[in-house]
Amino acid sequence: MRIECPWCGSRSEDEFVCGGQSHIARPEPATASDAEWAAYLYQRDNPKGLHHERWLHRFGCGQWFNVARDTVSHNILASYPMTAPKPELPDANGGEA
Amino acid sequence: MERYSAFALLKNALGGHRHWPQAWRSPELKRQYDVVIIGGGGHGLATAYYLAKVHGISNIAVLEKGWLGGGNTGRNTAVSRSNYFYPESTRFYEYSLKGYESLGRELNFNIMLSQIGIINLACSRHELEIFRRWATAIQVQGVDSEVLGREQIATMVPMLNMSASARYPVHGGFIQRRGGISRHDAVAWGYARAASSLGVDIIQNCEVTGIEVSDGCVRGVKTSRGSVRTDKLGMAVAGHSTVVAAMAGVKLPIVSQTLQAMVSEPVKPCLDHVVMSPMVHCYISQSDRGEIVIGGGADTHPSYGQRGSLQSTEAVLNAAVELYPMLSRMKLMRQWGGIVDIAPDASPIVSKTPVTGFYISTGWGTGGYKAIPAGGETLAHTIAHDAPHPLVEPFSLDRFARGRLIDEGAAAGVAH
Ligand SMILES: Cc1cc2nc3c(=O)[nH]c(=O)nc-3n(C[C@H](O)[C@H](O)[C@H](O)COP(=O)(O)OP(=O)(O)OC[C@H]3O[C@@H](n4cnc5c(N)ncnc54)[C@H](O)[C@@H]3O)c2cc1C
Ligand SMILES: [Zn+2]
Repeated sequence: MRIECPWCGSRSEDEFVCGGQSHIARPEPATASDAEWAAYLYQRDNPKGLHHERWLHRFGCGQWFNVARDTVSHNILASYPMTAPKPELPDANGGEA
Repeated sequence: MERYSAFALLKNALGGHRHWPQAWRSPELKRQYDVVIIGGGGHGLATAYYLAKVHGISNIAVLEKGWLGGGNTGRNTAVSRSNYFYPESTRFYEYSLKGYESLGRELNFNIMLSQIGIINLACSRHELEIFRRWATAIQVQGVDSEVLGREQIATMVPMLNMSASARYPVHGGFIQRRGGISRHDAVAWGYARAASSLGVDIIQNCEVTGIEVSDGCVRGVKTSRGSVRTDKLGMAVAGHSTVVAAMAGVKLPIVSQTLQAMVSEPVKPCLDHVVMSPMVHCYISQSDRGEIVIGGGADTHPSYGQRGSLQSTEAVLNAAVELYPMLSRMKLMRQWGGIVDIAPDASPIVSKTPVTGFYISTGWGTGGYKAIPAGGETLAHTIAHDAPHPLVEPFSLDRFARGRLIDEGAAAGVAH
């Protein structure tokens, strides 16, 4: 894979580390149930298709950013800064969870 | 089922090997079963076999979207061992290794188990210290393991780079002598043949596309070959666990990633053990055909693309060539990938679920081949009794909310 770092441009996959699913909101620790907390810690969408995930340009600028990638074809549909909202993108695999 | 034996071989040889019976039936899918198992890998087939053999249930279907053993069961590097770290794991995997030791006889199918011993190499002083603790923990649990010195390893594995300038210096290691390899296809075929002869319907090219649930209970499945009624459904679909569980509305703490393996061209016997290097993520063995079988760590990003990234192939081969310089002059013959189901603590989940009648076997990740006999037996028990088998009670789905993880990822490192 070639990955588009928002700061450094298109670079080879081996400069990056994948940090898993992005856009996970932490529930309120004081009021979340054990099940909610466990889901927050451990449950991921793990879709067969479009996936929004975090990557770290470890052997580059050292920045975290987001990537929207198809988990079957590995095609990258978008790459965007950490704080940007989740972009609306087509899911080639019909969004099987 | 015609028993395989020296006599059968002789008899069929006289007939020019033209009259061997089919190893398993290929029946039509019925409209109703007492139990349906999704996934015709080792775990699904073994579960069906033990349901029929131990629990006397024979109206069972195993539904496989591709071909038998075409998933991870036919893609792995076939390593079996029981040197995990936590007692829950050691108990389970030791039971499974014992299962392998008698499986050929049990199934009347030669699974070609070779207990050639599994050596873990320590490539730093610190790793050796951790290995001593690990090996001792296993001994305390009554499982064979033995710390090895650098010189011992040099004689046992002459291929290793033991020079003073080695990038990965070998400080020592430990061995489980009963660990070894077997023929993975034979495990799938042996269970399929034995299950089929007990009346289990094995349906290939049959994909489950939906699960019917009403009032919190399983009612049946939709498949590419029509609907089937059942109120007991077992799932053993490895990398597709979250996809299939979602059909029943169940979310799982599983991420799918690719794990690769590769083989070299065949050479004369030169390696008598499985040798693992946990720190540098590379392990090798030699197959009966002479190929050097090489494996490593999983690709780091979620994936359903059953092929693997070049980066990971390179990383594994870099380590392999450093550790075993003679490999650098050999040709790589094949490389492939499987989609493995990884749980946060790198331990399996064999469990009931919030949906009545829906049972799961997942989280086998990079190391569930060795678990097939025990995984099948315990899932069968869990389905038949609607209660977990004692060996898998600690491996239930609710352990995550209870905070009772069995963190083999941290304790025993990469596991194959
Ligand atoms: C490269 C590699 C090396 C490995 N090395 C080792 C090793 O040395 N030792 C070890 O112990 N383990 C190893 N493993 C792990 C081991 O192979 C797996 O944990 C084990 O085979 C899992 O068995 P299973 O029956 O659960 O899954 P699988 O064998 O993958 O079977 C699951 C089946 O489910 C089917 N399926 C999926 N979705 C559907 C659906 N919707 N409908 C119907 N069928 C469906 C699939 O087609 C597949 O055949 C390795 C894995 C890989 C990929
Ligand atoms: Zn960068």
